[in-house]
Amino acid sequence: MASVQWHARVRKYGAELQRCQLEATPVEQGDYHPLKPIIVTDSRSRRGGRKGSTSSSSSSSSSVAMDPLSSMMEGTDPLSLFAAASASEVPTLSHSSSSVELGRKQRENEDEVGADFEPWSAKRGEILSRFTTTEKLSINLFMGSEKNKASSPSSAVSEKVRTRLEELDDLEEGSQRELLNLSQQDYVKRIEELNQSLKEAWASDQKVKALKIVIQCSKLLSDTSVIQFYPSKFVLITDILDTFGRLVYERIWSMCSDPRPQPDSFSVEDVNDTAKETCLNWFFKIASIRELIPRLYVEAAILKCNRFLNKTGIQETLPRLTAMIRGIGDPLVAVYARAYLCRVGMEVAPHLKDSLNKNFFDLLASFRQIHSDTVQNQLVIQRVEIPVYLTLYSPAIHWILQCVAYRAPDVLLTEMMERCKKLGNNALLLNSVMWAFRPEFVAARATDFIGMIKDCDEAGFPKHLLFGSLGRSLACADPAESERLPILNEAWKVITKVRSPQDYINCAEIWVEFTCRHFTKREVNTVLADIIKHMTPDRAFEDAYPQLQSVMKKILTYFHNFSVLFSMEKFLPFMDMFQKDSVRVEVCKSIMEVFIKHQQELTRDPVILNALLHVCKTMHDSVNALTVEDEKRSLALLINGFIRMVSFGRDFEQQLSFCVEARATFCNLETVIIQLIHTVNQLAMETKRVMGGNHSRKTAAFVRACAAYSFITIPSLTSIFSRLHLYLLSGQVALANQCLSQADAFLKAAVSILPEVPRTISVEGKQRSSEAFLLDFINSFLSTLLVVPDHPEQGVLYLVRGLLNMVQDYTWEDNSDAKVRVYISALPLLAAMSQENYLYTIPKVDSNETLYGGDPKFVAEISRLCETLIGQVLDHLKTLGREEGVRRQGSIAFALFSVLLAHGDLRNNKLNQLAVNLWNLSHKNGYCDTRTSVRTLEHIKQQAQQPELSHLSDMLLRLSLQSRA
Amino acid sequence: MSVILDIRLKRANKVYHEAEVLAGVVVITSKEAVQHQGISLTMEGLVNLQLSSKSVGVFEAFYNSVKPIQLINSNIEVAKPGKVPGGKTEIPFEFPLQVKGNKVLYETYHGVFVNIQYTLRCDMRRPLLAKDLSKTCEFIHVLQPQKSKVQPSPVDFTISPETLQNVKERNSLPKFLVRGHLDATNCVITQPLTGELVVESSEVAIKSIELQLVRVETCGCAEGYARDATEIQNIQIAEGDVCHGLPIPIYMVFPRLFTCPTLETTNFNVEFEMNVVIVLHDDHLITENFPLKLCRV
Repeated sequence: MASVQWHARVRKYGAELQRCQLEATPVEQGDYHPLKPIIVTDSRSRRGGRKGSTSSSSSSSSSVAMDPLSSMMEGTDPLSLFAAASASEVPTLSHSSSSVELGRKQRENEDEVGADFEPWSAKRGEILSRFTTTEKLSINLFMGSEKNKASSPSSAVSEKVRTRLEELDDLEEGSQRELLNLSQQDYVKRIEELNQSLKEAWASDQKVKALKIVIQCSKLLSDTSVIQFYPSKFVLITDILDTFGRLVYERIWSMCSDPRPQPDSFSVEDVNDTAKETCLNWFFKIASIRELIPRLYVEAAILKCNRFLNKTGIQETLPRLTAMIRGIGDPLVAVYARAYLCRVGMEVAPHLKDSLNKNFFDLLASFRQIHSDTVQNQLVIQRVEIPVYLTLYSPAIHWILQCVAYRAPDVLLTEMMERCKKLGNNALLLNSVMWAFRPEFVAARATDFIGMIKDCDEAGFPKHLLFGSLGRSLACADPAESERLPILNEAWKVITKVRSPQDYINCAEIWVEFTCRHFTKREVNTVLADIIKHMTPDRAFEDAYPQLQSVMKKILTYFHNFSVLFSMEKFLPFMDMFQKDSVRVEVCKSIMEVFIKHQQELTRDPVILNALLHVCKTMHDSVNALTVEDEKRSLALLINGFIRMVSFGRDFEQQLSFCVEARATFCNLETVIIQLIHTVNQLAMETKRVMGGNHSRKTAAFVRACAAYSFITIPSLTSIFSRLHLYLLSGQVALANQCLSQADAFLKAAVSILPEVPRTISVEGKQRSSEAFLLDFINSFLSTLLVVPDHPEQGVLYLVRGLLNMVQDYTWEDNSDAKVRVYISALPLLAAMSQENYLYTIPKVDSNETLYGGDPKFVAEISRLCETLIGQVLDHLKTLGREEGVRRQGSIAFALFSVLLAHGDLRNNKLNQLAVNLWNLSHKNGYCDTRTSVRTLEHIKQQAQQPELSHLSDMLLRLSLQSRA
Repeated sequence: MSVILDIRLKRANKVYHEAEVLAGVVVITSKEAVQHQGISLTMEGLVNLQLSSKSVGVFEAFYNSVKPIQLINSNIEVAKPGKVPGGKTEIPFEFPLQVKGNKVLYETYHGVFVNIQYTLRCDMRRPLLAKDLSKTCEFIHVLQPQKSKVQPSPVDFTISPETLQNVKERNSLPKFLVRGHLDATNCVITQPLTGELVVESSEVAIKSIELQLVRVETCGCAEGYARDATEIQNIQIAEGDVCHGLPIPIYMVFPRLFTCPTLETTNFNVEFEMNVVIVLHDDHLITENFPLKLCRV
């Protein structure tokens, strides 16, 4: 095909715009308009009837304003209904299968346990992790009673076989196993095994064996050797007991003949004789257990089964079991037995508060046992210190008191307190009281408590723990306004005297919350100073990072004003205590998170800036070669958030120098650098805005400085597309600010790095072809080029040519049409350039339209360029003529046709002919989209109605739609 | 060919009073039809007496010189000779627990030397070449609760070195004082034994406090009579050095079968006692004995 003469269509942009615009018609009040705000007044009355619902959502002013969603739901949304239902049904004591039953019953009975009751399962893990030991443990299991069994088998069985059989029988009968020297892990494993074998025995109908396992397990609870481990042992073994209790209950329940009674609300009459008899059998069996402790525990475990026998069973059994515990001599064993009984009691019959109280009073009555000789001797033998020993009691006493205090009237709590006081203000008890009673109750009497803490005999229980507990309560509930300062003073007086840094920080950490909540920075500063003073010697802070972090977190929760925060003298020194890198970064991150979340206004406060820059630098410096991508991203996000909040108002130079500083500081985080470039570009545009578009000499210089900043910063980025886009953007900014040579340099730089674009880039971890991204970029680059004036020393259309050359030389993917697509998209640019008035210009920048003034030579140059491009495209089309290329051929031909139609002057016969040929080519193989073709034809028809485009109607006749046969 | 014979009583707990009717079914399970020459039920109540080797010679004990005393023995026919079809066949029966003459039905009691047992036996006679089948099932006879009220008979007790008998060296005993009371020694068998016990003081730490339930069985025979006390059960009520001054509950459930209302007959007696056993840490064993009188109200 011979070369084509290019003639660009003359466009009158103004007229076209006018023609395209819709006529504006004012909207009357009350008229329907889709964009008018819909006001739905939904009277959400819970009307059951369907009829009511349609009228329930009434509308105002708008005709279709009924919210379709809410009308579907008949006023109540099922999700919120569920939420409301489940809110009252939160599982209470998750250990038992009965939790759901309890939940259901809850609505009927106010006495039941609610969600605000901290369940045992929550304590369980804490106890297990807190009470550990490195000492060797032993399990002594003695199954069955027939000791002389071995002698009975006949002599026919050889000795060897017999011993083997015995080994097999191991857990079955008459075997005594003592497992010595178990490590804690082994011990836990063994207990778990026992739990398993209990379930297995039960499943295989060996009820007696199951009972034996349970008895043996609960017997372990009477053994207080390795006393530090006792609380954990208790937890493990009561798990088994819980399992057992559940199994028995479920079995008896399943024996109740059909129809089965409702699981939660059956009465004794619903239970049939067989079930009753079985249940009775269990109780008789358990009543004959020889040892006290197993009998107690096992009976408590199946306490719930009393419901099968009679209504008052539980009510009668609980006090009896409570009294039975008095028979346990060892105070630790006794207190845990009480805790278990309270736990079961709360689970099965939460309304029976009396036995809970009785438990507690019994506990008080036998409290002196703790200091008895027997206990003391034991401690000496085991080499356990009194304070350590006393802390073993805490979980159990906490639990008992929690049960007692749960929804208890203040009167009762006061009485409890009085009773504790009578007992000589025992510290251990006091501690638990503060733990378990409602924080509001404690807070209201904080001063009393402080007095009591001061008075109480130390008795080996450290006072800082007491203040810790008090602080915990005060953190949740506020004492009276006037008492706050005295409380803090009194408490801190004691805390500051704590010698051991670990104890000190544990306590101080708790009180920081109280201080932050009620006092100003002055007090917090003092507290921080004290913490620093205590934690610095011997680098004690190294062991207390979690606590220190928590202190930081609490301060940040209450102080959102960063100028106040950083004006605290001791805040930064406090931060300096975080010397381990990972912790330090963690702390910095939390500070930044709070800053980003709560800082509302832009800031230029030097105190904040300095401090936060320091913080951010710390975060930045933690980045190294091993840092994972996500971590980098989150750090960069935080730093970006900070940079965005910095503003020096009109002091642009200061802002620029801040950016310079920031660039130096955050050079390793690419995202931050990008943000900085954006900030600087924004700064330049802001300057322009302030100056109203007319730069003074000074601002011009400043804007150039901004451009220079971007120009030297961009190359340091590794991501090629970031560089390209930033070059383009900065070029546009420079252009907007009349910095022509800078803009030129940016764009030139962009063109020059085009060849470096790799063919594939990794997007979200996957290798993707970069082609689409590159095409996008080139297109937006081309549209910018329209307004870029030619460089006086370079040839005409220097940048366009440069770009096209680069495109030509770029190693595109094989079999790719990308190059040709670029050519096709360059045509509209060239067509636009040849217009007398450009579609858009930049104020105060002379584009080529003014430079050349529509010089015929310039236009000819453009046309020549176009012809070359069209020639290239046509050549490419030819190569696609074969086999698999036809589809692509069609689409490219159509694209070129569209460009010709839009931008070419089709009065020219040759161009017209070319267009028709392209149309036919695109339709030749039937791969074109018929819908698009039809639309195009319609468009042409419409265009042809304009006088200056009437020639199109002739062409229209020559364009035929090819039906897809 | 296997035939399984079984007796199922209607009452799950198998407890019957005198003059009541034992109702239930005889269950015959078989794959094929069973030919038989009649199925009958026999109710039998026996008192087995055994002499302990302690009171009489080993040989006498072994040869069990005392004859069992039959309390009841009656028989009814459940099915006439014929054929039972294959599968599961249930034949209902009702059998009154009625004594003939002026014999007294004692309560079921399982002891060491005295055993009072009631059984229901089902026999299926079969023609030649097939073994007769038989199945025994124990049921429990319990006396009609007496109408009369039991006089509560609380007992207070004090145990100290001075109150002890059978002490060889009273001086070597550590000092201690335990007070307590039993709510009753005339106990209702269905109610637990209750009471309280307070360790007022003790020089040596207490290791354990236990309640020991003891049966005292007396068998009369030609050579005189033998009286033996054996332990039924031992219930620990205190473990370790319990808190002084705090009352510890005494609570014991009377086990079924192994206890019955105190029994005195011409041939044998069954009585019960309870021991409070205090074990001190230096392994001193202190026992206080309380005879009990059990009854059913």
